[in-house]
Amino acid sequence: MATTVHEPPQIGVMRAPELGGGKGGRRNISPGDDNLRMLAEHSSGASRTGIWVGVAGICMTFAALTSALVVRQGAAMDWRHFSLPGVLYLNTAVLFGSSFALEVARKRVAAFARGLQPSRAVPLRWLYLTLGLGLLFVAGQYAAWMQLKTQGLYLATNPSSAFFYVLTAMHALHVMGGLGGLTLVISRLSRRVPTLRRSTLDTASYYWHFMDVLWLYLLLLLWMKL
Amino acid sequence: MHDMHAPAAHHHAPPQGFVRNHLFSLDHKVIGIQYYGLALLAVFIGMVLSWVMRLHLAWPALSIPGLELLSKNGAPGGVPTPEYYLQLMTMHGTIMVFFVLTTAPFAAFGNYFLPIQVGAEDMPFPHFNMMSFWVTFVAFCVAVAAFFVPDGPPLAGWTAYAPLSALGPVAGPGEGLGQILWASSIGIFCIGQLLGALNFISTTLDMRCKGMSLMRMPLTVWAWFITSAMGLTAFAVLMPACILLILDHVAGTSFFVASNLVVSDQLQPHSGGSTLLWQHLFWFFGHPEVYIAIVPAMGVVSHVLITNMRRPMLSHRVLIYSMAALAFLSYMVYGHHMFVSGMNPFSSIVFSFPTLAITIPSTIIVLIWIGSLYGARLRINAASLFALGFISLFVSGGVSGFFLAQPSLDLLLHATYFVVGHFHLVMAVAAIFGIFSGTYFWFSKVTGRMMNETLGKIHFWLTFVGAYCIFMPFHYLGLAGNVRRYQAFVNDFMGPLMPLHKFISVAAVVTGFAQFIFLYNLIYSRFKGEKATQNPWEATSLEWTIPSPPPFDNFGGKLPVVYHDPYQYGVEGSSGDYVMQDSPEQIQTVHDEK
Repeated sequence: MATTVHEPPQIGVMRAPELGGGKGGRRNISPGDDNLRMLAEHSSGASRTGIWVGVAGICMTFAALTSALVVRQGAAMDWRHFSLPGVLYLNTAVLFGSSFALEVARKRVAAFARGLQPSRAVPLRWLYLTLGLGLLFVAGQYAAWMQLKTQGLYLATNPSSAFFYVLTAMHALHVMGGLGGLTLVISRLSRRVPTLRRSTLDTASYYWHFMDVLWLYLLLLLWMKL
Repeated sequence: MHDMHAPAAHHHAPPQGFVRNHLFSLDHKVIGIQYYGLALLAVFIGMVLSWVMRLHLAWPALSIPGLELLSKNGAPGGVPTPEYYLQLMTMHGTIMVFFVLTTAPFAAFGNYFLPIQVGAEDMPFPHFNMMSFWVTFVAFCVAVAAFFVPDGPPLAGWTAYAPLSALGPVAGPGEGLGQILWASSIGIFCIGQLLGALNFISTTLDMRCKGMSLMRMPLTVWAWFITSAMGLTAFAVLMPACILLILDHVAGTSFFVASNLVVSDQLQPHSGGSTLLWQHLFWFFGHPEVYIAIVPAMGVVSHVLITNMRRPMLSHRVLIYSMAALAFLSYMVYGHHMFVSGMNPFSSIVFSFPTLAITIPSTIIVLIWIGSLYGARLRINAASLFALGFISLFVSGGVSGFFLAQPSLDLLLHATYFVVGHFHLVMAVAAIFGIFSGTYFWFSKVTGRMMNETLGKIHFWLTFVGAYCIFMPFHYLGLAGNVRRYQAFVNDFMGPLMPLHKFISVAAVVTGFAQFIFLYNLIYSRFKGEKATQNPWEATSLEWTIPSPPPFDNFGGKLPVVYHDPYQYGVEGSSGDYVMQDSPEQIQTVHDEK
């Protein structure tokens, strides 16, 4: 517009901050009045974003390994196919079982937080089951490597076995990270005064379920390519 | 029920003790300073390496003092062997690209100022943030350790091309343990940067204060945000590539080494690997890496220029979109590093198009800068001079990119000094100028004292003229057919180019010494500099609303509320020609659509 409004600046006129602005710059802080809704707002957002960012990074890592596998197989005259160790399918069931146990645990933790469930023992039992199944999965992966070893398939034997070891080992490392997260959840819930935040439990759970999805993808990839 | 969320009453009390305050601090500001210190250490090591190379290139028989102490075999009598020259070159590139150009503009400045500029009291995952620095520090130590192993650092270049990098000691000095240390260092570095990117993205998306909408974020925040998205995807690819490289080395796998390869008269035990695979994986990281170095510098330069022009950029939005377009396109152009690699020439054409297309957002950014500067009464100080210098270098270095983007020309120029001149100007020195600009601009906020402006201006002119004296002749050398990665040009057709080499070497030494003016200014001003006011540049963004240096939780427990766009200059504010972002006063400007 051609006309310009020249009003003196009005000090102290509070314009409401525009909608769609920030969510507040506090980090994981508990408001003094124990307002749980506030707590959820303050503690959950960044963790939820963070876990997706982490998932995106891990996806890129495995995408890079996948493309390496495809390129390497395409260029190779020496690719040797072998059938996957049978224990992998059992491991898959174990991993999915642990995810199921974790979901039950989350429900029980929520019930405990709302006061519907008097004792922490029930959710803790399910969390320990999750942890145990997770450990069993890693042990199962180790058994799969041992099975390959008895067949004479080592890391350097063939590019196909090399990729098998690299992909499963990378996944197992990430699973162990998830086990660390679960351990943290258990320790926070077990304290005399539990300090478990919902965001911690949620983040650990999303990550753990993502390990399932990732494993399913890897299993499919290995099954198709090896 | 309330027990579940027991309020952490003194969650944010400042930590006690030296270790928690300075060493393993969770405070993003301390971590930012740690990153800056690491970059400063790294840049001087990298610079000394470049001096050694330049001195040797110009005076091949010269005994370089102290070099023999570093490696008896590599530099007998202080004269580097051809192999040792390559080893020094590898380390120069590695240290500069990873530990300077990535850490300083992104991790150092970003850590310190991103949370403050979005009005947050810290990053959401401070433990990850602390780990991010210390992991990077370990990576640096592992890289530098390569100097002290028996055969010295690797000689495969900072790009570590296979098969050279994947074979072991048979491929040359440093290709044994040195190369393994290199790959481990870079793999560890990737983890550190991934943790950093995780924090940056979460802070930007979830920790903004009330009223800080995305478009109200300063351009610096946008630049760091875009960069962290690039870092997340790029470093996540480089890390597994390094793992595969290490496995080829130590476990006898054949990811990157082809069959029937004979090296040093020995048939290599590998078979069927693809050497191009390494280049694909590396450059998929490597090209975004160029923008990881330059985009934060663009943000800093824009921020500094706006403050000193006293007017916003012609278009805040277009600048942001252009930076995002750079990031997006940077993934599609990586193949232009591989025109001479032997990949399908058709692929070269495919990669050539986006490479030319990426000049469009770059050009838009430069035009916005120049258009905004046109007619502005720019306040001349060391920070704004370095910002102008950045634009100059970015344009000068960028123009040669047009030539290199075309496969037919790149075939001729790729292995020459033309490429060395191109990337040093457009990416390396330009990003360094961005770091200098940010340092002169924000020093007062970090320390509470001003840097000496006169020394800053002397530093600028020496560095600016020096950078052109060093890197412009590189282009002429390249056009004259001067190949790169050679350690001496005396007895062949390149002999006539020696005077130019000598000129460059002298310029490199002089320009390098000029950096000690900066170092002196930095240290002196830290302790003896003039006391700074809270907002010496009369800037509008949130970091200038708090004391210098900022308190532990940035805003003293009371978070700001933002009412304005980040760059309200040239308006009638109560404090002058600007209105702070968190000022509740209404503004009336000629641009106000009312």
